[in-house]
Amino acid sequence: MRIEKRATPSKLAMVAAPLGAIVFTLAISGLLVLWAGAPVGATYVALFKGAFGSMFALSETLTRAVPLILTGLAAAVAFRARLFNIGAEGQLYAGAVAAVAVGGMHGGTGFELPIYLLFPLMLLAAALAGAALLLGPALMKTKLGVDEVVTTLLLNFVMLLAVSYLLDGPMKDPMAMGWPQSVALQGDLELGKLIAQTRLHNGLLIAVGLAVALWLLLQRAVPGFDIRAAGANPRAAAFAGVPVTRTVVLVALLSGGLAGLAGAIEVAGRTSYLTLDMSPGYGYSGIVIAMLAGLHPLGVVASAVFVAGMLVGADSMSRAVGVPNAIADVIVAASLLSVLVASLMTQYRLRRK
Amino acid sequence: MSDVMDILANASFWVAVLRTATPLLLGTLGVLLCERAGVLNLGIEGIMVAGAFTGWLTVYAGHGLWTGVLVAALTGAVLGSLHAWLTVGLALSQHVSGLGITMLATALSYYGYRVSFPKVNTPPTITPFEAMDWLPIPILSDQTALTLLALLLVPFLAWVLFRTPLGLAVRMVGENPQAAEGQGVAVMAVRSGAIIAGSALMGVAGAFLTLSAFNAFFFNMVNGRGWICVALVVFASWRPGKALLGALLFAFFDALQLRLQQSGDGLVPYQFYLMLPYLLSIVALVLVARKAAYPQALMKPYRKGER
Repeated sequence: MRIEKRATPSKLAMVAAPLGAIVFTLAISGLLVLWAGAPVGATYVALFKGAFGSMFALSETLTRAVPLILTGLAAAVAFRARLFNIGAEGQLYAGAVAAVAVGGMHGGTGFELPIYLLFPLMLLAAALAGAALLLGPALMKTKLGVDEVVTTLLLNFVMLLAVSYLLDGPMKDPMAMGWPQSVALQGDLELGKLIAQTRLHNGLLIAVGLAVALWLLLQRAVPGFDIRAAGANPRAAAFAGVPVTRTVVLVALLSGGLAGLAGAIEVAGRTSYLTLDMSPGYGYSGIVIAMLAGLHPLGVVASAVFVAGMLVGADSMSRAVGVPNAIADVIVAASLLSVLVASLMTQYRLRRK
Repeated sequence: MSDVMDILANASFWVAVLRTATPLLLGTLGVLLCERAGVLNLGIEGIMVAGAFTGWLTVYAGHGLWTGVLVAALTGAVLGSLHAWLTVGLALSQHVSGLGITMLATALSYYGYRVSFPKVNTPPTITPFEAMDWLPIPILSDQTALTLLALLLVPFLAWVLFRTPLGLAVRMVGENPQAAEGQGVAVMAVRSGAIIAGSALMGVAGAFLTLSAFNAFFFNMVNGRGWICVALVVFASWRPGKALLGALLFAFFDALQLRLQQSGDGLVPYQFYLMLPYLLSIVALVLVARKAAYPQALMKPYRKGER
């Protein structure tokens, strides 16, 4: 047996493979549901109803998808350039910190500016803060050859401790009765609701818009070509005249910036203040989402909705059927591995020698 | 400053250093073995969680402590086989496969815990390994047998890697798989074997947490230790002896910050002490990077006949 590359992977197979892999994963995960002593069919019905079955469920899923789209895009653009940014979690928090620093209300942290200046300034600060956290590891990778996976990962822990410190002192809300939460954003910085009476906010439009913009950039513009070339083979790219360092900096700005925006938009759209548990691992989920999407920016939107649906649906499924909600994480992680294998099959074929 | 001297003069401090170093050492040796064969294994964080869980569950179910260690090693080996199939067999990205395994193993462990104990709020406990009081060596006599095992593994792994034909084969497939193939080495088999054995060590590293350091399984108990091991391997320049040094150095700073925090005057917020180990890892990576002797084929998938 050996594997050999297919000449042209078919378009149909590229869409069918991930869907087939997810169906396969659900079948395998059924065994785990049986272990928990629950009927498989009813569990999956409850899971999908909880995720997409009503206007409320759908709005909750889409709300959860907003940060996931952004961290998914962050991972996708970095991975395209083979910059393995595992630090989106920390970059998200850096963005949230910057957002509160610019737009915090009482406690004297925020700025007093007209809203049409303050809002873009808040987003810009968040994006720059996220980018700054990735820039160090990116430059250490290109200049010193330090593996960025480990450095970006370690910085997640550093950043969370920094947030913990800020919430203990400098950014602590004096009116929060001792809860470790930051001062709130000025009210007019909060994003409006996309659908009244739900938590779904306009951040969804921003996230989807950025997905389209990133797709166009990667598809049609020179920097997009540079990103892919620098990723494929840095030495050959440099020889061909691609400015590798400039491209790595650009990727760090894009990737870290998107993750930082995720933090600012969570604060502005959902919580209005910063807490230590504001992200249940959105940064890490973003990696899965990007891989599920084959690093395609528009695919990221679809896979973020899928992952968000699993997470939201699992909670109500857990209440209804009694299967632990950790099944959602199992399904998402197993989907990732299955999709990887399936997409390999679309590009390679097994041949008996 | 006198605070620091007091701490260093206290034997219990050094006992804590060696205890903290043990899971790091076991995990680092596991990563080292995988990387010597040319494969990055970012599954370590999840494999440690899974080893901690299955080892603990085995003992909780009434089996012996060593059976628990064995089950944890087997758990690691099974997850390692998955990583080997994905990275060696199918030549998928080693980064992504490893992260996927970390997520899968962590989720499966939490799911398994919740299915086994649906309504329990305080984690059930077991009787963990006891200290080796019979040993006439100070500090080591306060440790458990798993620490001794980890320490003995250092010279053993060094001997295997640098003094046996098997070790030569492992290093060759990590440096130049084409040449190894030419010498008649079964590249795929050696790589897979190294990943499986290394992952078994990671499983034991996790089991140390539940069967020796603590006596229960709880969420987030691995808490980044696996990632630290990945950094420590670079620090150790892929050498077992230096891995021991790195693990001890790291544990030293970790134990020191914990005690400074307790005896602290409140001048430095405790979060900054907690950051130290992570920042030190990054500094160590930068310092070592210049002369780092990466196994040349690390992260490069190997396909027969392709160059």
